Amino acid sequence: MHYDVIIIGCGVVGAACAYALSGYQLRLGILEASNDVANGTTKANSAIVHGGYDPLPGTKMARLNVVGNAMFPELCRRLDVPFQKIGSLVVSLSEEDDAVLEELLRQGKENRVPGLRILSAEEARSMEPNLSSEVRGALYAPSAGIVNPWELCLAMAETAVKNGAELHLSAPVTAVERCEAGYLLRTPKGDFTARYVLNCAGVTSDRVANLVGDHSFHIHPNKGEYFLLDKAEGTRVGRVIFQCPTKVGKGVLVAPTVHGNLLVGPNAAPTCPGDTANSADGLAFVRASAQRAVPGINFRENIRNFAGVRANSDRDDFIIEESRVAPGFIHLAGIRSPGLTAAPAIGIEALELLKKAGLSLQKKAEFVDSRRRIRFHELSDEEKNELIRQDPRWGRVICRCETVTEGEIVAALHCPIPPVSVNGVKRRVGAGMGRCQGGFCGPRVQEILARELGLDPTQIPMDWEGTWVLCGETKGGAKA
Amino acid sequence: MTKHDLVVIGGGPAGLAAALSAWNAGIRDILILERDKEAGGILNQCIHNGFGLHHFKEELTGPEYAGRYIALVKQTGVEIRTDTMVLELDENRILHTVSPKHGYETFQAGAVVLAMGCRERTRGAISIPGARCSGIFTAGAAQRFMNMEGYMVGKRVVILGSGDIGLIMARRMTLEGAKVLACVELMPYSGGLNRNIVQCLHDFDIPLYLSHTVTDIRGKDRLEQVVVSKVDDKRRPIPGTEMVFDCDTLLLSVGLLPENELSRQAGIAIDPRTNGPVVWENRETSIPGVFACGNVLHVHDLVDYVSAESEQAGQAAAAFLLGARPEGSEIRLVNGFDVGYTVPQHIHRGLDSVEIFFRVRNVRKDTAIRVMDGENQIARFKREHMAPGEMETIKLPKVLLDRIQGDTLTIEIEEAAK
Repeated sequence: MHYDVIIIGCGVVGAACAYALSGYQLRLGILEASNDVANGTTKANSAIVHGGYDPLPGTKMARLNVVGNAMFPELCRRLDVPFQKIGSLVVSLSEEDDAVLEELLRQGKENRVPGLRILSAEEARSMEPNLSSEVRGALYAPSAGIVNPWELCLAMAETAVKNGAELHLSAPVTAVERCEAGYLLRTPKGDFTARYVLNCAGVTSDRVANLVGDHSFHIHPNKGEYFLLDKAEGTRVGRVIFQCPTKVGKGVLVAPTVHGNLLVGPNAAPTCPGDTANSADGLAFVRASAQRAVPGINFRENIRNFAGVRANSDRDDFIIEESRVAPGFIHLAGIRSPGLTAAPAIGIEALELLKKAGLSLQKKAEFVDSRRRIRFHELSDEEKNELIRQDPRWGRVICRCETVTEGEIVAALHCPIPPVSVNGVKRRVGAGMGRCQGGFCGPRVQEILARELGLDPTQIPMDWEGTWVLCGETKGGAKA
Repeated sequence: MTKHDLVVIGGGPAGLAAALSAWNAGIRDILILERDKEAGGILNQCIHNGFGLHHFKEELTGPEYAGRYIALVKQTGVEIRTDTMVLELDENRILHTVSPKHGYETFQAGAVVLAMGCRERTRGAISIPGARCSGIFTAGAAQRFMNMEGYMVGKRVVILGSGDIGLIMARRMTLEGAKVLACVELMPYSGGLNRNIVQCLHDFDIPLYLSHTVTDIRGKDRLEQVVVSKVDDKRRPIPGTEMVFDCDTLLLSVGLLPENELSRQAGIAIDPRTNGPVVWENRETSIPGVFACGNVLHVHDLVDYVSAESEQAGQAAAAFLLGARPEGSEIRLVNGFDVGYTVPQHIHRGLDSVEIFFRVRNVRKDTAIRVMDGENQIARFKREHMAPGEMETIKLPKVLLDRIQGDTLTIEIEEAAK
């Protein structure tokens, strides 16, 4: 199969590129190694839209952070992605921290972050009463926000697919050869050719570069661990609470999520791609660190721990460039924090690089640039009744904790990128995200997936390939 | 908005018993709202026997026990609405529900019985470290897959927690041909009933590791190994004591939590010790006319006790609707030495008798329960054996209750003989 452009990797960066490109007349292919989009770093991070005072002025990170941040409100409105511009505070806990705040303020101003100001301890605590009494002041960034990162990725990828992009799941690129048409990419799902390739392979983007003989950068995967707390703790803070950044990262934050939970993390530790295990030490560190800024967090309300892997690289900036050894092969790599914030801007950046590399871009006459998803629990009573009248499945609650109905799950199974796993359903509609963590709804989601996909329940994985849930029938056999 | 005298939230054993006893007390307009496709609650997946020895004086399976109650309720005019989820309850006893058949509805209830049951604690609740592979189930979810859907969840199994569901599942999985390698318990004693330890572990030579816990989970895709370590007396893992089990399944039986999201939303006072509503002796919550019973109130060991408690709540709801309210000033129950919680949390002065349920914090032998009115001991009950896994009950007759002078009553365990 031949495309004008192939995007390798459908995390938030690949999806942003696909979204930006799908507005133009070209044949666009997306190759994703996993069985779902958003299944790497995109699904396991702090879910923060950063203000942009952290990156060094003059870097791509600084520029794309601030540009990306400004794109979020409109983008999320158009694509129906949960986003809240709640602002962030970087708190100071020492005299040295006070100096760091001043430095961040100066940097932020240079990066053109809007509305930044330093708050006194009193001002900070009146905004956030649960801050520690040790807090001496804070840097307030009103433009920071929180987002649902996997839904953002899904929404951009879905929009691209609706506009003609072809997504191939479970298609990891195993070899790249040069050919007359440009590049030949080999995958277990077949061979694909393209004139241009965008390498958005996240933590494995250096390996993809190596496949075309490009050894110009290395990814140093770095793991961050988190606690996700019950909604009972969701109002502990109203803004994103950072501590002063250190050499290894932005440090442990405490933030509400767009789903109403509280997120606490991450730490930072070198690892290898795919290692998303939690460690007792890592979690203990996160807990102790968070309590320095917000001492009252009730960790007994924890409902889940997870770990995400950052695609840190051996360079100090995002790697957004055409390969020096492989013309038309463009890297969008080493996209660490603030990668999620920068993603929409990186998509535009990819367009520019493709143009520069010789791709002619013609706008499509009709481009569907919108998306709507029904969230049952957000509807009015009348709207709920109307839906149930049309299809009674909208009245059957499957996930009690998050009030997700069968109608929502079935709708997700018929969306442009249907889920194939229990967690795929979770990422699309929230079933299993709540306090019982799928204890009640897991078996029913499994059943609905099997029914709608025409598969046996034993064929439905928990998440990526190999994560099987059921291994066969009992002696009594499956119930009809 | 539709009006009903009594609305019961939940059609499991608690809700069924409460509705039935309210009917028998003369209430004729009763609606049970059940979120599942059929009434019976968690009993429907408990296909083992051992239910009903106290209540029906015979040994029944879970579905049989539920079936008896459903049959009794069907002989009355009580309406059971299945597939109906209660989304909201407020302090004026207005309920918002949704169902495929009736859509979105609101009800005004004269009285409400909360009987929503409980849910299982998860991996997240106890922050077990390790990989995010598949193969980790709460014991109840595995039980549903096996007993309701007819599917096996794995072949080589480790069970964390020796609560009753975990023990029952050890036997169930063994009978289905799986190899259960170990049952691992953090505490120095089991959280389950002794009869289950014997019948589900000993009879199948499944080792029980007390004072041990899971300290790592390994597996790239599906679970491959769990690491089990011994813990010290502060429940901290002891380095160097690791045992590695090759397995594809880890079942968690690490405690149950009453499901009180609706209660909290309505503003009902919750006892952090039980995670259930604070109730009077008649199971009335802090909102008049709203009662609670069964596992939503506190986690019970046996369904027979749930039925008994729920009958009491149903009668009290009926009395409320008929205008008969308990009188007398408040006597607060205080948890004394080694008492983890009590139900009820407060009682009215001048009752004819009251039963107090509670759990001890530690395993105790040859000791006694003391009931103290300030410095005065008004009753003492000898016990040969007490354990946190077994609910204790004491009954105080009128003659003792009339002796109470103060505003509090302390339930305590006598400290070991010096």
